[in-house]
Amino acid sequence: METDRPDGRTPNQLRPLAYSCSILHRAHGSASWAQGETKVLAAVYGPKAGTKKNENPEKASIEVIWKPKTGQIGKMEKEYEMILKRTLESICIRTIYPNTTTSVIVQVVHDDGALLPCAINAACAALVDAGIPLKHLAVAICCSVTDSGCIILDPTKDEEERSLQVGSEPMENGIMTSVTQGAMSVNDYLHCLERGRAACASLSEFVRKNIGTKSTSEPSKAG
Amino acid sequence: MGLPNVSEDLSSEMEVDAFRRLFPLRYFERHLAESIRPDGRPLGKARETSIFLGAVASANGSALVKIGSTTILTAIKMEVMTPSLESPDEGCLAIDFHMPPICSPIVRPGRPAEASPVVSKQLSDTISSSKMIDLKELSLVSGKAAWMAYLDIYCLDADGALFDAALLSAVASLSHLQIPVVAMNDDGKIVLVSEEDGQKREQEPVNKEKRKLTLRSIPFSLTCILHKNYILADPTAEEESIMETHVTVVLDTSGQLISLYKPGGPVLAYTSAIQDCAALTRQRVKELKSFLDKANSAMEVE
Repeated sequence: METDRPDGRTPNQLRPLAYSCSILHRAHGSASWAQGETKVLAAVYGPKAGTKKNENPEKASIEVIWKPKTGQIGKMEKEYEMILKRTLESICIRTIYPNTTTSVIVQVVHDDGALLPCAINAACAALVDAGIPLKHLAVAICCSVTDSGCIILDPTKDEEERSLQVGSEPMENGIMTSVTQGAMSVNDYLHCLERGRAACASLSEFVRKNIGTKSTSEPSKAG
Repeated sequence: MGLPNVSEDLSSEMEVDAFRRLFPLRYFERHLAESIRPDGRPLGKARETSIFLGAVASANGSALVKIGSTTILTAIKMEVMTPSLESPDEGCLAIDFHMPPICSPIVRPGRPAEASPVVSKQLSDTISSSKMIDLKELSLVSGKAAWMAYLDIYCLDADGALFDAALLSAVASLSHLQIPVVAMNDDGKIVLVSEEDGQKREQEPVNKEKRKLTLRSIPFSLTCILHKNYILADPTAEEESIMETHVTVVLDTSGQLISLYKPGGPVLAYTSAIQDCAALTRQRVKELKSFLDKANSAMEVE
């Protein structure tokens, strides 16, 4: 049941990853994350004084601004902002800087499928670059179920028909964030989780290697 | 003798209220340790659900849904439009979720609530993913005329699990929807045939009579809260604000998983928790299906 993919990848193969940080000078932390043609640029500012309405002043709050490549901000962008905000809130240690707001600006450079996992990875790398205290690191992956029931990882725009995005932690491999589109059986979903966890492990190794190199070579800008 | 009892009862009641307000998380955890919730429900049970079809007479389809105190009103308006070039044989659904200031103390007039576009997007994705409606059924003349259905969903009381109530309301109103009669006039345009003109019948109707949509697999959802080792089904607004990890599972009547939505949150979901949520949702799908069938059969009698 091996399906041929248009770009020649095997079902379990990710697109080439490209990662760089500290690319913006004014931002306290910034990171660029690309998977194949999909590319996202994230910038972090803060912690800044004050919290917005309806926020808890005893904790640090996180504001996420999602900028699409073209067009106005619509419902999809609002949903992505909310998902990113909740995900980043769950990995940050929010009691260290009470009554502050950290802004995370996510700019979509190009979208060729698997956009939300790319944005999650870029935002986490930008938070690390800014020196924001984190409990753990989150990595995200996208799985797709084809019509023949085969599960493929890291789909391109053409392959995205029934997709599932899993954000998980490398330490415990629990699910932090999950978004699905299309219909699938529950067993297919659980199989996607297993494949996603394995892919997140390799992604986590990639992140650890690159961030480790960065942190020893340069001091943090937010300090 | 009566006076000390009265003051004692009053003081103990005040202590409980003060404890709930000052230490809400501990108050809930004390109940969770006894496998019960402050409103008396067991952990896996949803609140009382009622569906009322035909609440808005001027709309082509409408439904009022209450789950506990959460109240959602949906109305559908049908309009004839020109289909797009990409899909000339298909009609269109436009779903909008509104949270007016009447529904919650945190919603202010003017600026739309933060949750509105998120629930709108979730609803659109769920209804299109489930393929509940064949959009070709909404086509009238290929490339020239098709139905556009505007679903306006209003939250009248936001007491938690808004998406569950909104999806049930949208599904109920679509099952109640009656597509009006249309005819081709002399200029070749599609016009609505109102019931007064029905007697004349000079124009030939494109579709003969009012008809209902064919619904295929119907999606239903259940939102659960994960907190430590507990899973709480169908949370209230207070429970949602205190415990922050929400998982929404949408299954359709054929058992397919339409959506599994977990937007962050401090508690990690493992496979066993997901399987438990899916099992609770399967049970809930059966309940809601029987509620919807009962409401539809009650409408048939009228």
